[in-house]
Amino acid sequence: MSQNEVTRDGLEHTAPGREATVGVNTGAGEDVARPRKGRRGGEQPMVPEAQFSSYYDKAIINSPVWEAPDIPGYLFLGGLAGASSVLAAGAQLTSRPALARAAKLAATGAVSLSFAALVHDLGRPARFANMLRTFKPTSPMSVGSWLLSAYAPAAMVASLSAATGRARRLGNLATAGAAAVGPLVATYTAALITNTAVPSWHDGYREMPFVFAASAMSAAAGVGLIAAPSEEVAPLRRLGAASGAAEVALTKVMEKRMGLVGEAYELGKARRYGRLALGLTSLGAAGAALCGHRRWLAQLSGAALVAGSALERFAIFESGFVSAEDPKYTVVPQRMRRAARTAG
Amino acid sequence: MAVDLESLLLEDETPAHASGYRDHPPRMGFFTDTSVCIGCKACEVACKEWNQVPEDGLNFTGMSYDNTGGLGADTWRHVAFIEQRRRVAHQVSGEEVQDDGGSLRWLMSSDVCKHCTHAACLDVCPTGALMRTEFGTVVVQEDICNGCGYCIPACPYGVIDQRQGDGRAWKCTLCYDRISIGVEPACAKACPTDSIQFGELDELHHRADQRLAQLHAAGVSDARLYGRDEGDGVGGDGAFFLLLDEPEVYGLPPDPVVTTRDLPEMWVRVGAAALGIVSVIATSFIGRRP
Ligand code: SF4
Ligand code: SF4
Ligand code: SF4
Repeated sequence: MSQNEVTRDGLEHTAPGREATVGVNTGAGEDVARPRKGRRGGEQPMVPEAQFSSYYDKAIINSPVWEAPDIPGYLFLGGLAGASSVLAAGAQLTSRPALARAAKLAATGAVSLSFAALVHDLGRPARFANMLRTFKPTSPMSVGSWLLSAYAPAAMVASLSAATGRARRLGNLATAGAAAVGPLVATYTAALITNTAVPSWHDGYREMPFVFAASAMSAAAGVGLIAAPSEEVAPLRRLGAASGAAEVALTKVMEKRMGLVGEAYELGKARRYGRLALGLTSLGAAGAALCGHRRWLAQLSGAALVAGSALERFAIFESGFVSAEDPKYTVVPQRMRRAARTAG
Repeated sequence: MAVDLESLLLEDETPAHASGYRDHPPRMGFFTDTSVCIGCKACEVACKEWNQVPEDGLNFTGMSYDNTGGLGADTWRHVAFIEQRRRVAHQVSGEEVQDDGGSLRWLMSSDVCKHCTHAACLDVCPTGALMRTEFGTVVVQEDICNGCGYCIPACPYGVIDQRQGDGRAWKCTLCYDRISIGVEPACAKACPTDSIQFGELDELHHRADQRLAQLHAAGVSDARLYGRDEGDGVGGDGAFFLLLDEPEVYGLPPDPVVTTRDLPEMWVRVGAAALGIVSVIATSFIGRRP
């Protein structure tokens, strides 16, 4: 864009355009730019590292568009399915047929529901198949889609065979296959949510896979405790107690290690769900340890473990929105990181 | 097959080359010099018109002359308005002298997709809808996107978003259609002050360095380049800025990092946790049968 006037005597009113120097005192007004006593010049950044300025308190990152209950439900059901398949294989190998059957059915039910939740959450559900257009190790969602498409058929064949008693050999093969892929189905979702810019998800990437693993096992143990007959629950009691305790402890470690961002787990829905999850999982784990041969107590403990595991995923999910919406959780840790880098 | 994630993610070459283009034009980008921006929003309007971006809400924010708010699916250029009781270096802004001796200054800045060298949105897209062009820019292919929404929380700058009622993700294309035929993007074309400068990234870097030196010499010691450093957490931006204050004042993250930088370690831990499930469950089956 030209600001100049072309006259007979050459260019007039030539404007500096993008070379314009801002910030120079042209003498047009009273010069109050003298440094004042006891104050620093205005151009110094006056913000101490622990505080920060924001753009009208607006968020820096865009909040996820994933919705509850689809996505937290998906995280929970994927965990339940994956761990149940391992449980089923263990039960089958140690001749606990009722438990094996129940775990296989749980896995199939959970993976079907989780698949439905995933498709339902898409902006364009009809284009679900595009997930398998390519394989990208940089995208946990791509890896997960492939994992699920290997896992889901195996889990289904295993439970069909168990339910009908037919095709035993194929059923055994499918049971083994589902048990092999299941653990990854349960834990890849940790990479799915931590591989984002959402502070309270990303900053937990070191612990999240283990939190998810523990939570998946306690859900699977919980379903087993509800469904299996008393003579087959001994492993579930050990598993429920151990994984419930691990879920509670690992979650605490994760929140602690996040520092400021851990605050997001103490606000709003994340706090409510988190508290409930902590209480239910603790009760469930204790109940599993102490229930002995009282089936009603085993079932009650199992229900508490399942509910605790689900609420844990909802708490983690909701914390993401808290930490995404407040610019503090994005800006302050980044400023500290930058300051540490320039200092060291 | 072992996939070398590190080299997939952090290859030290031009983004177009890393994406498989062997014979490609130079990397194109934007240098947005906010020190000359007058906040006219011609870029916002031009972008909407050229790209037929739908209306993004007729809102009154009440906070400033900015009634747009921020980047999103239906806002690919966004002009930020910041009012501060500070002066730009030695400049005296007319009557605006405040009681406390400071004057009022306005910072205006036209924000846009950064077309990152290491673009998180592109890395995490499971369908391949997001792609790198031969110009090194990042574009969503709207006929492929299935609206999974993964790119949205992955972007460290809060750029890409889901369009309501459409379901797919949208953002600046760096006017792929225009630059493919050698025409500058609509926003840069409309900018009356050349605050938005479009060109080969190398040349823009050079120009920006000169401009920064010029401003520093004039006493504007707060002037800084943002997204210029190829060693930063996203490998430098294809669209970078000259700012007059801290990035967060403009709603920009002070030290963005592409989340996939940590992905190799995430995968290792996911694998370890999966093995943990197998071993814990196996252990629970060990023991006396009743
Ligand atoms: S700024 Fe965000 S949307 Fe733009 S290329 Fe970078 S990661 Fe993608
Ligand atoms: S919403 Fe579309 S562009 Fe974004 S990650 Fe999903 S498929 Fe890719
Ligand atoms: S380059 Fe094109 S699409 Fe991007 S902001 Fe400018 S006008 Fe809009």
